[in-house]
Amino acid sequence: MANNFNSADIGAFKNVWVFCEQRQDSMMPTSYELISEGRKLADELGVELCGILIGDNVDGLAKDLGGYGADKVYVYNSPLLKDYTTDGYTKVICDAVEEFKPEILLVGASNIGRDLAPRVAARLHTGLCADCTHLDVDLNGYIEFLKTGSSLDIEGTKFESKLFDVNTNLKMTRPAFGGHLMATIVCPRFRPAMATVRPGVMKKRPYDEAKANAVEILHPEFTLTAEDIKTEVLEVVKSAKKLVDLIGADIIVSVGAGISKDVEAGLKLAQELADELGGVVGASRAAVDAGWITADHQVGQTGKTVHPKVYVALGISGAIQHKAGMQDSELIIAVNKAENAPIFEIADYGICGDLFKVVPLLIDSIRAEKAAK
Amino acid sequence: MKILVTVKQVPDTSGKVAVNPDGTLNRASMQTIINPDDMNAIEAALALKDELGCKVVAVTMGPMTAEGMLRELMAMGVDEGLLISGREFGGSDTYATSQIVAAGLDTYGIDEDDIIFAGRQAIDGDTAQVGPQIAEKLHLPQVTYAGEVKKEGNTLYVKRMLEDGYMTVKVQTPCVITCIKELNTPRYMTVLGTEECYDKPITIMDYPALQNHPLIDPTTIGLKGSPTNIFKSFTPPMKGVGQMLEGDGKETTDKLAGILAAKHII
Amino acid sequence: MILDAKHTLQQKLFREFAETEFTKELQEKLDTTGEFDWDIFKKMAKYGFTGIKIPKEYGGSGSDYLTYCLMIEELARVDCVLSVYANTSNSLGGGPLVIAGSEEQKKKYLPAIASGEKIMVFALTEPGAGSDAGGTTTTAVQDGDDFILNGRKTFISGAPVADWCLVFAKTDPTAKGSRGISMFVVDMKLPGVSCGAHENKMGINGYPTSDVILEDVRVSKDCLVGPLHKGFSIAMKTLDGGRLGMAAQAVGVAQACLDESIKYAKERKQFGRPIADFQGISFMIADMATEIAAARELVYNAAALKDANMDATTACSMAKYFAAETANRCAYKAVQIHGGYGYIKEYKVERLYRDARITSIYEGTSQIQQVVIAGNLLKK
Repeated sequence: MANNFNSADIGAFKNVWVFCEQRQDSMMPTSYELISEGRKLADELGVELCGILIGDNVDGLAKDLGGYGADKVYVYNSPLLKDYTTDGYTKVICDAVEEFKPEILLVGASNIGRDLAPRVAARLHTGLCADCTHLDVDLNGYIEFLKTGSSLDIEGTKFESKLFDVNTNLKMTRPAFGGHLMATIVCPRFRPAMATVRPGVMKKRPYDEAKANAVEILHPEFTLTAEDIKTEVLEVVKSAKKLVDLIGADIIVSVGAGISKDVEAGLKLAQELADELGGVVGASRAAVDAGWITADHQVGQTGKTVHPKVYVALGISGAIQHKAGMQDSELIIAVNKAENAPIFEIADYGICGDLFKVVPLLIDSIRAEKAAK
Repeated sequence: MKILVTVKQVPDTSGKVAVNPDGTLNRASMQTIINPDDMNAIEAALALKDELGCKVVAVTMGPMTAEGMLRELMAMGVDEGLLISGREFGGSDTYATSQIVAAGLDTYGIDEDDIIFAGRQAIDGDTAQVGPQIAEKLHLPQVTYAGEVKKEGNTLYVKRMLEDGYMTVKVQTPCVITCIKELNTPRYMTVLGTEECYDKPITIMDYPALQNHPLIDPTTIGLKGSPTNIFKSFTPPMKGVGQMLEGDGKETTDKLAGILAAKHII
Repeated sequence: MILDAKHTLQQKLFREFAETEFTKELQEKLDTTGEFDWDIFKKMAKYGFTGIKIPKEYGGSGSDYLTYCLMIEELARVDCVLSVYANTSNSLGGGPLVIAGSEEQKKKYLPAIASGEKIMVFALTEPGAGSDAGGTTTTAVQDGDDFILNGRKTFISGAPVADWCLVFAKTDPTAKGSRGISMFVVDMKLPGVSCGAHENKMGINGYPTSDVILEDVRVSKDCLVGPLHKGFSIAMKTLDGGRLGMAAQAVGVAQACLDESIKYAKERKQFGRPIADFQGISFMIADMATEIAAARELVYNAAALKDANMDATTACSMAKYFAAETANRCAYKAVQIHGGYGYIKEYKVERLYRDARITSIYEGTSQIQQVVIAGNLLKK
């Protein structure tokens, strides 16, 4: 660690940084979401937005980051950085932070981001808030968010603090206790304030060609030797089976414990309905834990956060963990046998009935409706 | 050789969760369980114990009542417990927690051929931060999201799961491995284990036991030493109640299909 | 009774195991096929369930009677017949050997049944000797260093899957009543040993029951357990413990009836409201819960007496009598609360009703328990 680096000297830090994760030379979509969100934060602070891009010969990926809002991209190329290693990436990022002193550092909450960010925060001696779903610098923006995003009594809530400037500190909001509670976290005494952000949560901005062309690409000097990296990546294997893309899906038909009567038939019905609607099949934790469907289908607190145009919940009671991952869907349809299932509390349209009876009828109705058009 | 496993007692968020009027969690009204991912870490350790005969030590930070959890793990086959407990440690965020646990592990002693297993994340916070931060504080290599672990001498081969596949990582002991539920199925306690677990040793480390460790400093532990603070906590909004469609027959599904058509979804 | 930390932990183990491992599919398979499931038996044995009452030095855990009762109760709560799987080696199968076996016999048999590697069953009942064991007509005649056994044992639980069988046989034909009876370990593979047809039972299907037929079966005198002619008094000593286990089983079945009834009463709607809102239903549930709580206290108290080495014969009989009758009453109410659905096999209470019925019959009928209780009160 550089001798003059002090994470508590918060006045020395400036600008918003986003770690832009690439795998096998292709950018993870979350990076664009984070750049888009980072743009908002940088504008609120009146500072620059910078991407940090690490890999081997990855300059080609920098331009698109500009297109989504980055002013600058710091690129670190080395054969040692081709595949992700905790040690290699942590060293490069920590050294860069010590050199350039950003005040905010955002990281995508992927399996790699969640490996990297805590290690970086521990080395820099700063705070990290995991799996954020909302970020604000501007206090008024935060209050606006709370008006719709919380059940708080805004009028009766005090937002001032004697300990820190509530207007310039990053307010990082995340679900806790399985989504039962939301907490807004601050990191007032150390910099950079670090957050990992769940994939699919932040919206991508429209691509700006002019901004893409204007992006400044920088190659700071850095040192990294093979001895710095204590682990060795022997192989990287892409899953042969195509994993379901829940986050990118416009329509999701999810199944839960309600298919237990006949799992095979239940899954088949869900797939048929999804096909009919042009969507994909998701699942509750109960269905995944029971081994009926693989974990990549899981929606919820420990699965994926989705906000599709239409979310159909079949035989899902609507435990809060599940709701945490899908309640922001634009239209929610629920089919459940139990009239008092919590899923109906958030459903736009609910049908109380046996999914094995209702879904085939619904498929027929949809086909008829399509045929009539 | 020994295996240290970090574990945490957590409120069971799968059941009913009680929230106080001020938006904090009513912990007193909730059941506590052993964090699920930590059970996979314990199983990984016990499986290696079955194979190699090494000692397994469960390590936790929490109130003295966490002893009950350690006894349960001992009834599964864990040999020793290490309970880090002290008022000074309360209110720690992940950064401060990892400092304290790292100090506890270091004080207990980590040998060249040891492994530290942790669960991927705890269900109360879901941060997945403490495992990697312990590794950083101890200057040990880490492999997170372990879906398979093989040991050959002092080398581990870990299948590290990614969203779209996996990577195989080679790492030397001592190291920190965080485990996911796909790694294994945790065993139950045995009846004999329940009879014998109360005779197994538990080491308690309080603040005086750790205060001389370089990682322990009043400014870096507990609530005051935590870089992050909670600014606000609140319950998510209730979404406006939607419409229940009457009946479960063809008329009802026709109506729903009509709505979907009107919204240009089909 | 407020359980201490250890017993609470053990209760958790049994509950988690039963709730996870005794899947609906397994329960249905056992009930419909009636066949023994070796996989679940081996798994229960692996975790030490079959060795719970067998001393540590013979491969068990040497646990106390309270632990044993908690196990049987929690297993029976999910599936009655599977509590029998864990029971035999700890009560009538292993008990007599623990009490009366020689060191050689203990070393030979106990570790094997504690680990679940072998199964030992208990054969006392005969076609003409049920509650009245004195009517035993199976004979064992000494021939040099051997005994020759002849006779027929009936309703022997587990006989078709057993490796060994504890057989009670008359060795002194001149002695009257229950005297002159001796106990032998008989290897089920010996020439002359055969099993009758599997009984087609009303409930607890999945643990086959049959007759054991002995035709000139030659066993060495090493197979005699306890002193010659004193077999019946050893049997009586183990019956206490066996009764206690079956009392715990009845509590588990009764609790399952209550659990199912509460769930159903909240879900099922009639006249626009959950049936739990009607006193006719809710009072039945209150009665069930109260009786179960009382039965459980009787069982745990009898276990505590046995663990304290105090006289527990009356307490065990009271526990068995009351718990079994409670299970039957609860099963009746549970089916009643379920109405027509309680009469079809899709609902668990249908099986509970059939399973509950055995609890007041085997290991001493309720009437035999009354005899024991009254006898102890009135003999003095």
